[in-house]
Amino acid sequence: MSYPGSDKDVLQDIDLTIEDGEFVFLVGASGSGKTTIIKLLTGEVTATGGSLEVNGFDLRRIKHRQLPKLRRTLGVIFQDFRLIQDRTVYENVAFAMRVLGAGSREIKKRVPEVLELVGLTGCEDRLPRELSGGEQQRVTIARALVNNPSMIIADEPTGNLDPSRSLEIMLLLEKINEMGTTVLVVTHEKELVDALDKRVVALRDGRLVSGGNGYYAYVE
Amino acid sequence: MLNRFWYLLKEGVKGVFSHGIRAFATVTIIVACLLIMGSFSLLSMNVDNTIKNLEQQCEVLAFVDETWTEESARSLEPYILAIDNVREVQFISRGEAMENYKAQQSDKSLFDDIDESVFRDRYVVYLDDITLMENTSTSLKALEGIADVNSYEGLEEGFVTVRNVVSVITVILIVILLVVSMFIIINTIKLATFTRREEIAIMRMVGATNGFIRFPFIVEGLVLGVLGGSIAFLLQWLIYNVLTEKLMSGLAGVLFKLIPFSTIFTPLLLVYLGVGVAIGALGGSVAIRNYLKV
Repeated sequence: MSYPGSDKDVLQDIDLTIEDGEFVFLVGASGSGKTTIIKLLTGEVTATGGSLEVNGFDLRRIKHRQLPKLRRTLGVIFQDFRLIQDRTVYENVAFAMRVLGAGSREIKKRVPEVLELVGLTGCEDRLPRELSGGEQQRVTIARALVNNPSMIIADEPTGNLDPSRSLEIMLLLEKINEMGTTVLVVTHEKELVDALDKRVVALRDGRLVSGGNGYYAYVE
Repeated sequence: MLNRFWYLLKEGVKGVFSHGIRAFATVTIIVACLLIMGSFSLLSMNVDNTIKNLEQQCEVLAFVDETWTEESARSLEPYILAIDNVREVQFISRGEAMENYKAQQSDKSLFDDIDESVFRDRYVVYLDDITLMENTSTSLKALEGIADVNSYEGLEEGFVTVRNVVSVITVILIVILLVVSMFIIINTIKLATFTRREEIAIMRMVGATNGFIRFPFIVEGLVLGVLGGSIAFLLQWLIYNVLTEKLMSGLAGVLFKLIPFSTIFTPLLLVYLGVGVAIGALGGSVAIRNYLKV
């Protein structure tokens, strides 16, 4: 995989399968290719070689107009939360449903359910700036979950949080995984990876160094 | 489906009013551009109309050979009418010509002794198209019995030049101002998309289609365009009526036949709204284009 206008391969010889219902950590130093993998999975960039399939979509051949359908099967969580600052917690979560054409009745039923799941019942009318970092990340998780995606992709979800809040978020993601959703967490925080006994895929300079197909080794 | 439509519509309208100053600036520019475009179009229409009126009145005088009798002179009428571009002819005998001449003089007694034989029988020839005046004059001169033709050939060139200049200026201005309006509306909505880029990124990430993301911005452009178009139309109406009243009550009223606003009300309203809608919708969709690429 290389970016347009560049000869350098940012990812090479990646052979990786994530099964339905798995919880996988993707680890590696800055510039190792973690973000590129996320961009590939969400269809923001297209692989220049090989094959890539996500939730039944062949991402080497996917048409631009099919990308929304792919993305509806994914829930993405960002390090910087990316919440709409002038909307309440409830509106931020409901927004993701509205965008997909959900009706008011459906939204009124589903949003409180996910807010309860992430532990934010009672915070519905608060604005993002009135919440702590951990709470904001919970809103992001609720938003990613609200449309029942089959896979959650979390890009450094604890990058802006203190250690205790980080662990809470990881445990929440583990809980979501136990309910059947596949979870891929990109992180460089070794303590968190160690705290959860999960599969770890490690990247170095664009190559898999562990956790790929045929390895399934856990990083020490 | 209806829920979704109303939601998007509401978002678009909200976009306009949540940035009042920016919306005001955009509408003002659209109004200014449409007013200038409209004023020049109306000027062009009125020049055209005035020229058409003048064309109706434009005449060529064909004098009959003085050796011909009145009866022979009258026999020329069907031959003149057969010439291309001749709409109508009117025969004026020597006697009538003399009376007309006398009537124009302040001291009629000076002409009491003049004999009508100094005048010639003549035809007043009205044309369909004054730009072909020279050809028609040549054809008239070629008729046996026509001694001379008196036409104002320079006049028709003047009319046509004025009409062409006004038309060219109007077309150039319309194109320039349309581009300017579009540019402004695109930039206004680009600012809106910039401030809402996070929202757009989230919409894309959760799987909103490009159409869904684009719709509120197109609505915003449409609202701005229709507002601008409506205000410009009302102002144009007011300005045109005031100017028409002033012009028609003065000397210009004799020369110019201005088109009454009531006759162009509906087409002009449709054009203003149409242009508003077109630049609004197009501006909105162009402005959002860059955010929909991935």
